[in-house]
Amino acid sequence: MTSVMDQPVGILTHEPAPAPAWVQAFRTRARDGLSGLPTVRDEAWRFTNIAPLVGTNFVTESASQRQVTPGDVAELRVPELDAAVLVFVDGQYNPGLSDTRNLGAGVVCTTMEAAFERHAQLVQAHLGAASAEHDDPFTRLNDAMLSAGVFLYVPDGVATARPIEILSIATRTAEPVAAHPRNLIVVGKGAGATVLEHYVALDHGVVYLNNAVTELIAGDGSRVEHYLLERESEQAFNISTLAIRQGAEAVVHSHTVLLGGAIVRNNVVPVLAGERGHCLINGLYVGHGDQHLDNAMRVRHAAAQCESRQYYKGIMNDRSRGVFTGRIIVDKGAQKTDAIQTNRNMLLSDEARVNARPQLEIFADDVRCTHGATTGRVDDEAVFYFMSRGLSEPVARAMLVYAFAAEGFDRMELVPVRRLLAQEMIDKLPMARGLSIEV
Amino acid sequence: MRMKGNGSMSPVPLLEIRNLHVRLEDEPSVEILKGIDLKIMPGEVHSIMGPNGSGKSTLAQVLAGKEDYEIVEGQILFKGQDLSDLGPDERANSGIFLAFQYPVEIPGVSAMQFLKAAVNAKRAFEGQGELDAGALLRHFRAKALQINVPFEMLKRNVNEGFSGGEKKRFEIFQMAVLDSVLGILDESDSGLDIDALRIVSEGVNSMRDGTRSFLLITHYQRLLNYIVPDRVHVLIGGRIVKSGGKDLALELEEHGYAPFGVNESAVASA
Repeated sequence: MTSVMDQPVGILTHEPAPAPAWVQAFRTRARDGLSGLPTVRDEAWRFTNIAPLVGTNFVTESASQRQVTPGDVAELRVPELDAAVLVFVDGQYNPGLSDTRNLGAGVVCTTMEAAFERHAQLVQAHLGAASAEHDDPFTRLNDAMLSAGVFLYVPDGVATARPIEILSIATRTAEPVAAHPRNLIVVGKGAGATVLEHYVALDHGVVYLNNAVTELIAGDGSRVEHYLLERESEQAFNISTLAIRQGAEAVVHSHTVLLGGAIVRNNVVPVLAGERGHCLINGLYVGHGDQHLDNAMRVRHAAAQCESRQYYKGIMNDRSRGVFTGRIIVDKGAQKTDAIQTNRNMLLSDEARVNARPQLEIFADDVRCTHGATTGRVDDEAVFYFMSRGLSEPVARAMLVYAFAAEGFDRMELVPVRRLLAQEMIDKLPMARGLSIEV
Repeated sequence: MRMKGNGSMSPVPLLEIRNLHVRLEDEPSVEILKGIDLKIMPGEVHSIMGPNGSGKSTLAQVLAGKEDYEIVEGQILFKGQDLSDLGPDERANSGIFLAFQYPVEIPGVSAMQFLKAAVNAKRAFEGQGELDAGALLRHFRAKALQINVPFEMLKRNVNEGFSGGEKKRFEIFQMAVLDSVLGILDESDSGLDIDALRIVSEGVNSMRDGTRSFLLITHYQRLLNYIVPDRVHVLIGGRIVKSGGKDLALELEEHGYAPFGVNESAVASA
């Protein structure tokens, strides 16, 4: 086991782009607080060994071997979804491929760098407000490298006219690129927004790192839907953190689907900071080969009468490994908290593994917190039932795997996203070649 | 090859079971079926009656191709062809339908989606192209009317939250949709009230057309008031101990299985 806690992190030696002094100060504070990257000796990283990531010599920019075209973007983004799109290629914003028009009155949707100059007050007021809650080296590393990303501001009472898709495209580069996307989403009181973070690779077999942090500040009474579509190259590393701070009566839905990546860590860290808020945390992780897909939820109820719902499902094949850690923290004053957490896993091979651990820290006395974790296989009786109606065994099994995942897709409001991901999940199943699924 | 109307050749049975011996794959020392012989001609309805643990459900599952069983001896011929190398899907596509005693609930797959896949699997097996959505819907509507199931049932997930009666009706509906020629009903009457039993039976009777055959597996005579069989067989201890006409069922109703040396309360549940 290699310890990196006592050695400088290679990625840190790269200087981020010049920025205003207050941004520099934010970076420096983060850097000073960062001693190194975690090892499996850290409780929060016990099941995920990032040695392959640490052993890679990343650069922040490297020449791409190809030009990404509008045709590529059309192919890679969610089909049949009328969304604004901000395209990042190997971590760099590409305005020519992006379209942020027609989002609604007063809506600001721009890059972080542009926001540092033009919306400094708004950014300063909110930057770090949600992510500070996440005490994690990769989040501090993202803070230290703060530069590229999206700033979205939705004024009070306004709903964005269409969803916003942040499309990160990885290409084959001369050297492995480490990107630290940072998105700040501020949704005002009674306002609404739908944001998709979408990670894709144009070329297969490419090694790179996306260490992303998205801060979502959901004002009182707002409604926000966030999607993380992780479809990276299967040699890539993806560390994604969604840090949420939601106000009174705010309704936030987080949907995550992990399909790609070699080592993936998905952190969802909501704080229910106002009374009667509701947070849905819905996720699916589908692994094959040697993929390692780690999900770490930390849901903090800081105000009374809030509801949180964590529903995560894993489907693991071959030698892949899934991890689910679901922590619920109920602060002392958060009476009448109603928190539910379930994690269900389906193993498709003898070598696939899942580690599930619920963690409850409850400091209030009038609460309802439930959790449950299961790991099973495709039900043989159900396979026989389907086969006795004429379906071949592979088709029967694929349909049953889909059936297992279906409720996760059904919770997503965007039907084009459901279609894309459900079909891609089916395509990952070796037994389901050519099967098409209706969603 | 069926040679109907040719006096010199007898027609081929739809199903012929010859000296069938079966044991559990996991428990090879226990033989469950100990030499079954049965011949069902096209259009005939046969009933197999027997107490719990007699091997009735095993016979149904073996005919449908369940893998947990091993055929030690004997043969199953369907339309004159040996079934032993065919999987459950191929048997289904050839025209065998097993109505389950306990239909499996499948949350996440709508009945519509399931049946579309099943119909198109059968068409592919027969070398035909897929039916388009409109043709499938017309087919489903016609069969729903015939079997008396509400079309809305198709929008629900397969068997999920169905009542006992709904599940059994949905099984019969599936058989009609798949246009199977041999229906094996495994205790389709169990747990049904009179109304549900009548609807299920009417569905089955609506499919009796002189060529389609049924094998009704049941503990009780009650079902046979509604679906009148041509032949009744008594299965006890893995053997058919008596065969006769429909009156045999009435005899069993009156005297139970005691005349065959069975003490029902002492027999373990199958």
